[in-house]
Amino acid sequence: MDDILVGTRKGLFALRGTEIGRPSFLGAAVTAVLQRGRTIYAAVGHGHFGAKLHRSRDGGESWEEVAAPSWPPKPTDADDKSPMTGAPWPWSLDQIWTLEADPRDPDALWCGTIPGGLFHSTDGGVSWRLLRSLWDRPERKRWFGGGYDFPGIHSLSVDPRDPRRLLAGVSCGGAWLTQDGGESWSVASKGMFAAYMPPVKRDDPAIQDPHRIVRCAGSPDVLWAQHHNGVFRTTDGAKSWSEVTIKPSSFGFAVAAHPRDPETAWFVPAVKDEMRVPVEGALVVTRTRDGGKSFQTLRAGLPQKHAYHLIYRHGLDVAPDGQTLAMGSTTGALWLSQDAGESWTALSRDLPPVYCVRFAT
Amino acid sequence: MGLVPRVTFTANLRRHVDCPSADVPGATVGEALAAVFARSPAIRGYIIDDQGALRRHVVAFVGGEAVRDRVGLTDAVAPDAEIAVMQALSGG
Repeated sequence: MDDILVGTRKGLFALRGTEIGRPSFLGAAVTAVLQRGRTIYAAVGHGHFGAKLHRSRDGGESWEEVAAPSWPPKPTDADDKSPMTGAPWPWSLDQIWTLEADPRDPDALWCGTIPGGLFHSTDGGVSWRLLRSLWDRPERKRWFGGGYDFPGIHSLSVDPRDPRRLLAGVSCGGAWLTQDGGESWSVASKGMFAAYMPPVKRDDPAIQDPHRIVRCAGSPDVLWAQHHNGVFRTTDGAKSWSEVTIKPSSFGFAVAAHPRDPETAWFVPAVKDEMRVPVEGALVVTRTRDGGKSFQTLRAGLPQKHAYHLIYRHGLDVAPDGQTLAMGSTTGALWLSQDAGESWTALSRDLPPVYCVRFAT
Repeated sequence: MGLVPRVTFTANLRRHVDCPSADVPGATVGEALAAVFARSPAIRGYIIDDQGALRRHVVAFVGGEAVRDRVGLTDAVAPDAEIAVMQALSGG
């Protein structure tokens, strides 16, 4: 089975088979991971000492610190404040939130951060460039934080047909699409709506809160978004989105898209925003196999009584086989399913709070 | 060379990056730190944010007093001063 990396509040854990190996970066938050072959990138948050990026070329045996994305000097005359809170936008890295590689060039990396910066590296993380094309968009100032003081880019999806096409998901700033490798951008969250905003702002695509956006690699015009107040799906490459309703709840953070079947995706519902716990204390995964028309509620092997696990937005992943899934919770449990979510096995219930779970590709 | 400031780092930082104490020239906190970073570039990002200010949860003491100018790092340092770079305690 493929390796699974688990980034937690207190270190990085690697699974080979079902064995949890010795941790890396023990004590530090690991907020994003990416593995391609033997190369692993780990985003490490040191709290007082900031967010760093480490790289391993030997499957995690040894690590070297590479460059963390960094902002250019903030212009002294910049009127760069959040219109919602009045707080000046920091031009400084707080957290690395997501890492993606270009499928055709493993040294070409994209990184999404809090505050909402998109960075590109062409040298495996040795150096980074802020994409001013997105950062300087006037709409960026209107993005606002969801769960953090400032907004962030948590989802990056490279179109496997053409790596110049990239979609970025922002909480709370909608979805953004480039067709030209980041030279220019258009907002790509039409059809999403924001129940948490005044009616006049409800349909503003640049203030939507997609918690997570993932793509069906084999059918790249199909993407799924677990949004703050619902689930949305697009079948036209994010030109438009349609709402999908899930029982027992459409609230959640995580979504995983089947790598080949555009009709299949998995979600982990929770009681909506002010609660953020499983419905009736029972943890379930929901799966659709018909494009969101209907859902199966999958419980086997998951705790069904007094279970208060939350699955963060990067806490659920599906392997390239489309059958194996891994899921990690805020309570420090880690589950594996080898039958497309029908049943789950707990590999641990004692890890630190899990931020991200990811299969090697 | 006569007396120069000494820069020391909290032991908690040594877990993450090699940061021995350093005797470096500098008339201000910023000059002394710049001299340290010139020798050991890897330390810089742990102490300084993207805009050149002290990180929000890092504090530097000069002779026991927390520096006042956390952004410009213009606080003067005497040639025999010790600049102690520590975590700003937050939380319990």
